[in-house]
Amino acid sequence: MKTLIAVLTVLSVIIAFWYAACLPMNIKGVLTEAERAGAEVTPAGAKERRDLGEFGLVLDNSFAIPATWAQDRPRLPAPHQVAQELWKTTGAMVLKGKMMSKRSLFYHGWVTLSATLLGFAIGTGLGILLAVGIVHSRVMDMSVMPWAIVSQTIPIIALAPMIIVVLYSIGVQGILPKAIISAYLSFFPVVVGMVKGLRSPDGMQLDLLRTYNASTNQGFWKLRLPASMPYLFASLKIGIAASLVGAIVGELPTGAVAGLGARLLGGSYYGQTVQIWSALFAAAILAACLVALLGLIERSVLKRMGMGA
Amino acid sequence: MNIETTTQADATKAVVEARNLDLVFPTNDGPVQALKDVNLTINKGDFVSFIGPSGCGKTTFLRVMAALEQPTGGEITVNGMSPDEARRQRAYGYVFQASGLYPWRNIARNIKLPLEIMGYSKAEQDKRVNEVLELVELSGFGGKYPWQLSGGMQQRASIARALAFDADILLMDEPFGALDEIVRDHLNEQLLKLWARTNKTIGFVTHSIPEAVYLSTKIVVMSPRPGRITDVIESPLPKERPLDIRDSPEFIEIAHRVREGLRAGHSDD
Ligand SMILES: Nc1ncnc2c1ncn2[C@@H]1O[C@H](COP(=O)(O)OP(=O)(O)OP(=O)(O)O)[C@@H](O)[C@H]1O
Ligand SMILES: [Mg+2]
Repeated sequence: MKTLIAVLTVLSVIIAFWYAACLPMNIKGVLTEAERAGAEVTPAGAKERRDLGEFGLVLDNSFAIPATWAQDRPRLPAPHQVAQELWKTTGAMVLKGKMMSKRSLFYHGWVTLSATLLGFAIGTGLGILLAVGIVHSRVMDMSVMPWAIVSQTIPIIALAPMIIVVLYSIGVQGILPKAIISAYLSFFPVVVGMVKGLRSPDGMQLDLLRTYNASTNQGFWKLRLPASMPYLFASLKIGIAASLVGAIVGELPTGAVAGLGARLLGGSYYGQTVQIWSALFAAAILAACLVALLGLIERSVLKRMGMGA
Repeated sequence: MNIETTTQADATKAVVEARNLDLVFPTNDGPVQALKDVNLTINKGDFVSFIGPSGCGKTTFLRVMAALEQPTGGEITVNGMSPDEARRQRAYGYVFQASGLYPWRNIARNIKLPLEIMGYSKAEQDKRVNEVLELVELSGFGGKYPWQLSGGMQQRASIARALAFDADILLMDEPFGALDEIVRDHLNEQLLKLWARTNKTIGFVTHSIPEAVYLSTKIVVMSPRPGRITDVIESPLPKERPLDIRDSPEFIEIAHRVREGLRAGHSDD
């Protein structure tokens, strides 16, 4: 109960700030429109207002405050505008039976999600394989790890177009280039987490296996792999969020027409800020759901392994 | 007649023979002489305790026997072969100071760990788990996870794990160090019974004089810097030992000798 109150308080503070921020952000646009419609605005003339402070304008034209939360193309849309747009493109579409229409966020979300999941699967698989190699071979530890780290220092936004162009030139397009960008971002946390997890058994536990004369293989399956599970899940949660970012970024340079990235891009082409924000929120909600789902899987797996306290 | 002589020979057969054993750890602060000129014979069925101040090389010597550490000088044989060969033949069970049970396995499956690794059949695994659980008085706890057990029970489970396979040497490094006196007394009693039933050769590290005297047929007193053996006491106590033997004059006399040995080691500093 206490935590619920705390959460709600934080949430309402954020929303209050957001509404407040809409005033200075949108006031100039609102006043221009109002003036065009024939209202008294102080001072008159968009030119005069250009260099004035936004806060002063809000105070001098308090009649315009409601309008800053109701513009068609605001610089910063108000929370309820974003919520309305989200509903219009999700729940309302479902009610109309057009869940997978081109205007539904479910459709765009699924396009992005499918690339995300494919990329996540590739990234996780690759990450685990690399981690196993790194833990078992000194050569791989010294040769692969630095490259893995370097790979993450290149901004993905610079790399994504090149990946897409190169893949296009060898005839690969569609979901795969997005998934590969997604995998590129998600393999790294998995490598780091799994290396740490596979190395987590202490000297005593390794010595114990030595007294049994256990093989490296047995040590891996019976000790290292189970010991790494908590680390793996922590990495997977970071990895899936990174995968989603990768899939969205992968949609930007192609001028894709479908996917959350395409909604972001389309919105910015046409100044549809409400659409941009609702796509952003859709992406955030999707990420939260994916992470929560992994959390559930983590709990049930660890519990079944007897490690869930 | 014939049987008589072989058991006689068996009883005095050396299981562990260390001759002029040296072990130097190279460390950043220079070499550390963990063992110096250690000579010791452990016979089949012996219960040998190692006692001495911290850092005198008790753990190191146990680890050398288990081939977890390489001596830098001298010779050591286990069952007539090198410790590493003995390790590969799975000649010993090792009980560490911490129980080291896998949190993701219940007690029964923890005990099965060495059995799985050594390729015992499923039926044999189950049979042995039940046997050793009974041996350490944990019957009925096989399905529990380690965190559901007390520290003493966890330690007994780790002993059960070391007993589950057919190793005739049991090496234990302060297995009861973290337990209170009463639990410790009880486990000591159990350990003696177990030793009598299984006829294993046991190497046991402890800091407690009464524990060493109560359990052992042979007490090895060690002293540090460099780690070496200062006294080896053959216990005249009978194999059958009720807890109150600790009030007998013989017991007190041996305990006294151990204490003198420890004190002599200390006065060297
Ligand atoms: N891996 C190692 N590297 C370097 N020095 C070591 C190592 N292991 C032990 N030593 C040193 O060897 C000496 C003997 O250590 P050992 O652990 O055998 O002592 P111990 O008698 O078991 O002590 P305690 O009663 O505290 O367990 C100590 O001086 C210790 O610092
Ligand atoms: Mg020690």
